[in-house]
Amino acid sequence: MSARSEPGSQAPQSPTVGVLALQGDVREHVRALTDVGAFVRPVRRPAELDDVDALVIPGGESTTISKLAETFELLEPIRKRIGDGMPTYGSCAGMIMLASEVLDGRPDQQSFAGIDMSVRRNAFGRQIDSFEAPVEIDGISGPAFHAVFIRAPWVERVGEGVRVLGRVTDGTAAGRIVAVRQGNLMATSFHPELTGDLRVHALFVDLVRAAA
Amino acid sequence: MSESTAQSGSDQSTVAGEQTVSATGVVGTARVKRGMAEMLKGGVIMDVVTPEQAKIAEDAGAVAVMALERVPADIRAQGGVSRMSDPDMIDGIIDAVSIPVMAKARIGHFVEAQVLQALGVDYVDESEVLTPADYANHIDKWAFTVPFVCGATNLGEALRRITEGAAMIRSKGEAGTGDVSNATTHMRKIRDEIRRLGSLPTDELYVAAKELQAPYELVREVAETGKLPVVLFTAGGIATPADAAMMMQLGAEGVFVGSGIFKSGNPAQRAAAIVKATTFYDDPDVLAKVSRGLGEAMVGINVGDIPVPHRLAERGW
Repeated sequence: MSARSEPGSQAPQSPTVGVLALQGDVREHVRALTDVGAFVRPVRRPAELDDVDALVIPGGESTTISKLAETFELLEPIRKRIGDGMPTYGSCAGMIMLASEVLDGRPDQQSFAGIDMSVRRNAFGRQIDSFEAPVEIDGISGPAFHAVFIRAPWVERVGEGVRVLGRVTDGTAAGRIVAVRQGNLMATSFHPELTGDLRVHALFVDLVRAAA
Repeated sequence: MSESTAQSGSDQSTVAGEQTVSATGVVGTARVKRGMAEMLKGGVIMDVVTPEQAKIAEDAGAVAVMALERVPADIRAQGGVSRMSDPDMIDGIIDAVSIPVMAKARIGHFVEAQVLQALGVDYVDESEVLTPADYANHIDKWAFTVPFVCGATNLGEALRRITEGAAMIRSKGEAGTGDVSNATTHMRKIRDEIRRLGSLPTDELYVAAKELQAPYELVREVAETGKLPVVLFTAGGIATPADAAMMMQLGAEGVFVGSGIFKSGNPAQRAAAIVKATTFYDDPDVLAKVSRGLGEAMVGINVGDIPVPHRLAERGW
């Protein structure tokens, strides 16, 4: 049950999706979400979290986002909202921030947890290994999704109740899990916000509407 | 936007160059190069000369570190030819941190860039802070898998670097001074020229391209989108949290800090404060809070006291 669904509260533009705006490619997610019909607000302060039905955690540097979330007292409020069922989607660093376990992270690295999975940071390698490849995503129709991986993580373990939505199909990393969903939470290793293909954002906003 | 440009959107229209298929997929595309810079936005990239400094930077929340032989303030003080870092030092820095590692190559020194790519650095800065290796040509950056960032003092210079394959631009400022005045001049200049292009009728863009000494296709793209086709950071003379926040308010998408951190009294605390100021650049209450108790800022030099031939921003053409 989200904070905005109580009787009498005015929610003329719905759903309202927040984008965590501490660091990273915030603008690209804002544009993609707006294009699929969501009302979008940046979230940098705990109070701003109260105004959103859902949250997107952008790509960026996960150690920086973790540190800023801790410093500016967003860690616990976001964990609590996620625990209460707030739909949340993370791409790349956002996937790391949603993992219950982070591998190859900093010892002090914090996450919002939420999805029962182990995610390895920079699993595909350094920037010179960053790549583009098609990925079939469960729940998305049409041609394979053209996925952009940038110093990307992958999912090494998923718990029960986590649905694998997509894997790398070809090459040395074939079979690696790169898209998952658990309840109202979604995560991808890759960056749909960089491609102009809105199908992942549309899938998430549908999920937000269904959860409202 | 006219129908003639609608075919593929802004992130594709000017993209050319080398692409390679690796064991996982297509690597070295303009999209993964420019996309890497998108992930650094809103962050601070810090100059470091040792693995120990790199750790301090990562602890403070830097989004990346820049490995170089000497920070600009020391290059200024000591003189001599300044070059790419020792590969052992770069390896040490790569091993010390988990965030991206950038490294500087001399302008036009494509072999230093080849070496840096072989070492596995995540971004190469073809930098005026080092002694130029070629006074006519910059590196052909399309020929590399690793992405490049280059400095610019105005829009024409930025677009020439993008034409050569730069995937990220930083305004130059005047490195190693702690004097932010040139950073503001260059950022205002780039932004003013972008705004001016947006106000021109389309039939005047041809002459605008001639005057900017930049390709017409890129000029038209900037006029239509109101921004560079790559991420724009600021650099050169940023020494305080307020400096970083001012540059963000002027339109920078992130901040490079060179000598300003490790030439100050308390690098760890100052680094963390600049990170926070870059995120909350538009919130004076946060800025006031993080600006307290940082100890001595770097002493600095007024840019006006440096003879023109010794100004680093003059390098690059």
